[in-house]
Amino acid sequence: MATYTLKYVEKKPLSFSVPVVAAAGAFAGIFVGAAQGSIWQGILAGAVLMAILTFLAQGVLSESMEKPFRWGMVVLFAAGGYVFGEIPGIVVGAIFGVFYGWFIYWIGQGRYREKLLPYLTPGQVLGHFAFRVICGMIFFFLITPIVVVMPLSFNAEDFFTFTPEMLSFDPEGYSLKHYRDFFTSPDWQQALWNSVAIAPVATLLSVSFGTLAAIGLSSEHVPFRRAIMAILISPMIVPLIISAAGMYFFYSRLGLQGTYWGVVLAHAALGIPFVIITVTATLVGFDRSLTRAAANMGADPVTTFFRVQMPLILPGVISGGLFAFITSFDEVVVVLFVGSAGQKTLPWQMFIGLREQISPTILAVATILVSISIVLLTTVEFLRRRSERMRGLSPG
Amino acid sequence: MSDGTTDPKTVDAPKADDPRDQAKAADNVDKDGRMLSADGTPLKRSLARALRVQKMRALMLIAPLLIFVLVTFIAPIVDMLFRSVENQIVSNTLPRTVASLSDWDASQDGAPGEEVFENFYYDLFIAAEAKEHTRLGSRLNYEQTGLSSLFRGSGRSVDDVGEEQIDALEDLNEAWEDEAFWYELMTGGENSAPTAEPLDIQRGMLERLTGDNFSGDVGFLPGSAITRVLPRTVNQYAAFALFTVFADEDVVAEEEPWEAVKVALIQELQAGADLSEYDGPGAEELRAAQEMLADQPQIAFKDAFIEMDEDWGENANWRTIQTYSPELTEGYFLNAIDMQKGIDGAEPRPENQQIYIMLFQRTLFMSLVICGSCILLGYPVAYLLSNLPMRTANLLMILVLLPFWTSLLVRTSAWKVMLQQQGVINDVLVWLGLVDDFGRLVMINNQFGTIVAMTHILLPFMILPMYSVMSTIPPSYVRAARSLGATQWTAFWRVYFPQSVPGIGAGSILVFILAIGYYITPEIVGGTTGTFISNRIAYHISSSLNWGLAAALGTILLAAVLILYWAYDRIVGIDNVKLG
Repeated sequence: MATYTLKYVEKKPLSFSVPVVAAAGAFAGIFVGAAQGSIWQGILAGAVLMAILTFLAQGVLSESMEKPFRWGMVVLFAAGGYVFGEIPGIVVGAIFGVFYGWFIYWIGQGRYREKLLPYLTPGQVLGHFAFRVICGMIFFFLITPIVVVMPLSFNAEDFFTFTPEMLSFDPEGYSLKHYRDFFTSPDWQQALWNSVAIAPVATLLSVSFGTLAAIGLSSEHVPFRRAIMAILISPMIVPLIISAAGMYFFYSRLGLQGTYWGVVLAHAALGIPFVIITVTATLVGFDRSLTRAAANMGADPVTTFFRVQMPLILPGVISGGLFAFITSFDEVVVVLFVGSAGQKTLPWQMFIGLREQISPTILAVATILVSISIVLLTTVEFLRRRSERMRGLSPG
Repeated sequence: MSDGTTDPKTVDAPKADDPRDQAKAADNVDKDGRMLSADGTPLKRSLARALRVQKMRALMLIAPLLIFVLVTFIAPIVDMLFRSVENQIVSNTLPRTVASLSDWDASQDGAPGEEVFENFYYDLFIAAEAKEHTRLGSRLNYEQTGLSSLFRGSGRSVDDVGEEQIDALEDLNEAWEDEAFWYELMTGGENSAPTAEPLDIQRGMLERLTGDNFSGDVGFLPGSAITRVLPRTVNQYAAFALFTVFADEDVVAEEEPWEAVKVALIQELQAGADLSEYDGPGAEELRAAQEMLADQPQIAFKDAFIEMDEDWGENANWRTIQTYSPELTEGYFLNAIDMQKGIDGAEPRPENQQIYIMLFQRTLFMSLVICGSCILLGYPVAYLLSNLPMRTANLLMILVLLPFWTSLLVRTSAWKVMLQQQGVINDVLVWLGLVDDFGRLVMINNQFGTIVAMTHILLPFMILPMYSVMSTIPPSYVRAARSLGATQWTAFWRVYFPQSVPGIGAGSILVFILAIGYYITPEIVGGTTGTFISNRIAYHISSSLNWGLAAALGTILLAAVLILYWAYDRIVGIDNVKLG
């Protein structure tokens, strides 16, 4: 069926587009001007430049000239950037050029109206885009710290900030030495090895106990269900420092403090709530008649579990396991107290490095960990969709 | 649930409309008209049994995990709660002193009487041998400064008490320096009736003192005759014997006894022990010693201690020991709220020692600020995500989930990189010319740093619950409001916002619970003004070793969190916690 929607996209008069783009230019001029010494000159220059360019694009050139004009702006701004700030200036200038080239046409041709309801007043349109810009800034806030770490990890110097060589894209400014440091330093390697030795065992413990218990909890006649649930979830709710303190006291009484198994048990306890939550959520959609059918056909409970129930709830179990794994792999407070120098894990080593600020090797480790978490995120998302598809909760 | 057939309440007798059914039903009904199952038992009972079996099966599946969590997690928490009131160290280290101090009236000036000092001598002697007196000293030092060094110093010189009389005894007969003579005297020779009682008493005291195991073969049994005549000496010797065998791993008969044993002997002889009926080994020597000691001055314990260190004459020190002698104390909790135990109960600490109330207030205040900024930043994002088309929303969701999945340490180090004075933000500001190179902003190691970093770290925990609530709000409500003439703001504020409040509530409590117990981030970016109560708890566990206070602070924090958890359960329900 063809749909006809009323569009409200039309070329705007110059009296509208020139001042708007000029104002945007003035805003950018603040920063350029401040960097060059005079804010007022920057504002003025930015406004005048953008006003001229807008007049040129919207008033003089025809619409077919859009592409060449926008490329021209990129080149122009990149050249301007080189004058002010050499090589980093080119990049910033080119970005400015791309943005303002798009902005001039977006405003001038009224394209900003494209996806909006046609009856909105100009004030509402402005509010809509202001809201979008605010959200964009919040996303920027969320993601920037993580993104900034990555290039810094290739720093050739032992600094936690961008060096002039890095900013001018000089190959001299970059090196893999922090990665080399990570892969050759015995401290880091020991820490990596400890993390790898602790996390899977803790995960295995919490997944096997947790899955059984989640299946028990999902049957409809469980006495004291709320109380049991509260106890099982509590490791997630109790502040880590309190868990750490309690475990430190108690495990030293048992002689588990400072041992491998002490840390594994502690981490398994911390991972359990995640397994319980994800697996019970998966079991909510589980069709119980399948197990009855299996029993009807003569399968014993163990066979039913492994051949019928397990394959269906496997996505939930795996994503619970991933949560438990990342909890253990990322945990530092409890291991700091329950472990001893022999159980120094990767986060612990990072914590020491951060507190005493020894080397930017931390940033290399951070980059590696971010890559790992991207992989895990993708896996969990994939599993979640697969599980929903298998249970028929969503068509996609 | 689909599985309703096992519920006894829903089972009806078959309807008897059809004659065939009637005939069938007659087979399944007993003479009282109760339904029977196939094996002849009443249906109600067999259903109840089936239900019981199901319950048992569910519990059996849960049991392993429940036991695991109880042992590895709940027991430590309970242990910590216990530690916050536990105070056995004083009565374990100084059992006799504590008993005699209980009658002492602390409101009198000066130190307690001779009897207390006498008991204190024997307690301190064993404690010093076992090197436990320094632990007690540091424990009591939390309450009264100076007691740690007092105990440490006295532990060194406690051997010198009664030196004069011991020298006189040993000058009289060298046998008193001979370990074999002592051993024979105490065992009562070859054909004596041994008694194990003194050993058992001392074993119990030593085990409480050191926490080690003292059971096993000592190679020594006190004679009953000598025990009747010189009970205190035998007890001291028994303690010496146990300690020699189990702590020093030596042989009793080959070691010269402690000074405390000789002091006990001198005391008992001077006090007029009745030797007339004693005829075991060493009877001659004992009589000679008693005769000689009659001319010697009595051992003055109080004077000896005050000579050792005049602080032992201070009323305040003894009052502290008396105040903290019960096995349970509320002292740590009082300390945790900037109070202390005074003469007339709780009193505020001196101004310059008050820190914990301020820290609790700061923790609360900063958690509220963090929670508030998470709401401010999270609400627009959640709104945007739930109102965008699915495909775009999923893409943008990655920007929220990536920080959520990234290691906490990575995010904290990222903020350290961003915020420090030579860091990225300051560099950008300087490059833009907004900030002078010498006037770089101080954004780290203060409250600002903690708030920014923790807001960033906890923001996903706010956005996700908000998003899950907002995506269930039907867009038609707002459209209806708009078509009925509401302005955009009214439609949002009166129609949309009230429906999104549960999401705000869920997110805020989650963020607040997480924020209030945070440790790592404040430790790294908080400096001194941005730290939380949890940093203080960690400090007391690992640096100052005041575990009792750490446990008391932790208990208060835990209580706060549990109240919030309860509220969360009431508002949201634990079952509704969703991840990712």
